[in-house]
Amino acid sequence: MTQLPETTTCKLGLVIDLDTCVGCHACVISCKGWNTENYGAPLSDQDPYGAAPSGTFLNRVHSYEVQPETGPAQLIHFPKSCLHCEDAPCVTVCPTGASYKRTEDGIVLVNETDCIGCGLCAWACPYGARELDAAEGVMKKCTLCVDRIYNENLPEEDREPACVRTCPAGARHFGDLGDPESAVSQLVADRGGMDLMPEQGTKPVNKYLPPRPKDGWQGEVDVLAPWLAPVAEEPRGFLGWLDRTLEKL
Amino acid sequence: MHPAPSIIAFTTLSGLGLGLLFWLGVDPTPPTGWVGLAFFLIAFGLAGGGLMASTFHLGRPERALKAFTQWQSSWLSREASAAVATLAVMGLYAAGLVFFGRVWQPLGWLGAGLSLVTVYTTSMIYAQLKTVPRWHHWSTSALFLALALAGGALLSGRVTVAMVLILIAGGLQTWWWQAGDRRLRASGTTLATATGLTAGKVRAFEPPHTGPNYLTREMVFTVARKHAQKLRLVALALMMVLPLVLLIAPFHHLLALLAVLSHIAGVATARWLFFAEAEHVVGLYYGAHNP
Repeated sequence: MTQLPETTTCKLGLVIDLDTCVGCHACVISCKGWNTENYGAPLSDQDPYGAAPSGTFLNRVHSYEVQPETGPAQLIHFPKSCLHCEDAPCVTVCPTGASYKRTEDGIVLVNETDCIGCGLCAWACPYGARELDAAEGVMKKCTLCVDRIYNENLPEEDREPACVRTCPAGARHFGDLGDPESAVSQLVADRGGMDLMPEQGTKPVNKYLPPRPKDGWQGEVDVLAPWLAPVAEEPRGFLGWLDRTLEKL
Repeated sequence: MHPAPSIIAFTTLSGLGLGLLFWLGVDPTPPTGWVGLAFFLIAFGLAGGGLMASTFHLGRPERALKAFTQWQSSWLSREASAAVATLAVMGLYAAGLVFFGRVWQPLGWLGAGLSLVTVYTTSMIYAQLKTVPRWHHWSTSALFLALALAGGALLSGRVTVAMVLILIAGGLQTWWWQAGDRRLRASGTTLATATGLTAGKVRAFEPPHTGPNYLTREMVFTVARKHAQKLRLVALALMMVLPLVLLIAPFHHLLALLAVLSHIAGVATARWLFFAEAEHVVGLYYGAHNP
């Protein structure tokens, strides 16, 4: 059914720390690895070893340069996957009922046996979270690893999305953003977590933690610096002779 | 947006066909017998053929029947239902005219109304998308309806009505282009709101992968601005100017046919631009559409 639930009390989602992400793409690989061999159709590649490789991914890492008014430019690595929006435009546009948002935990999923591959949900998503698989002809998207997080056959520490489990920097956090007492909600409150494209009105569940302000090289680097005599202001030795000789020419 | 030939053919042809069905439906003295058959065959060929073309871009066309189920929430589903209802009602109406020589006028009015509803639902598939600011406006629906009515009047041989409607549609198209050029900026969505990065000027430094992907192929299509301007003029000349000249000239069936073909070519060109020029906000993540 492609009508959205009024509200969901449980809002499972991710919190992504842009200050900590090092841009290693491990989450991209672990996501593809888990999701290509578990829930739903595999994530196919086209011409993977040829001249023009292309494939389906549910999570991709962009990199952006931020140039402040003063100081050096900063490089921000930016992982992006489905934000499991509360007001998910991808769900309501679906003509077949294949796209749906779960009432019990708010996860947005695609029922692949109902999907006709029209692609309209991918057009409706402002974040580029949905990709039509070229081999299967059905829409693929992040499932929040719905086949891991409730899976009692896995050890408890593995019952979280593959991207979160694998992140070596600890930049990804998983939890219930509908519960203000949860660790992820506290993190969002402490660090000023933000929505992407809030003006689109999608009310994303996933939050992004902004990069912390960077320190700079302006001002005094060391308290002892003023007391240190400068070294070698004038070139001496062979270089000094060369400098003086070349000046004369 | 990627200008897929199947969607351009679908929206252009089905719009014309539904426009023709509208005029056949409201006609107080509709054509009967063989002439009626010819008119309805053209209308059904265009409207039905366009709908068939739209299934060519589906990943799983064999499941297309499921698209009739979600009419409560989805414009695409509403369009499928409205199109089938239109063709069914107008099919009955046509059968009365062609085989029995009877004019079941209320059926014609119902079919005419449904034809316009179908064109409106088609336009709403695009106009509903907040992610494509150029489309997200009531004028997109007005444009689709004006073009369908103008093309239908032209096809049904209503010379004066067609000339007036072609002028209106051409004017609307011109304004839609001009206003559309400002809508992405007016929407307020930028790379800064997309990334939430506010500490300085944001620039896309490195894409997530070395090649194109589904998103860039489907939604980050860019067309050179100077070509777009030329194509707009070509589209206007073909859809409006040339048909008007041909209609003003003393009536001849060959000239009328040329006017119809020119109009169709013009609308198809405008429809190509409709997709090719549309900026999807996901392009911002890939460094596109930055002022």
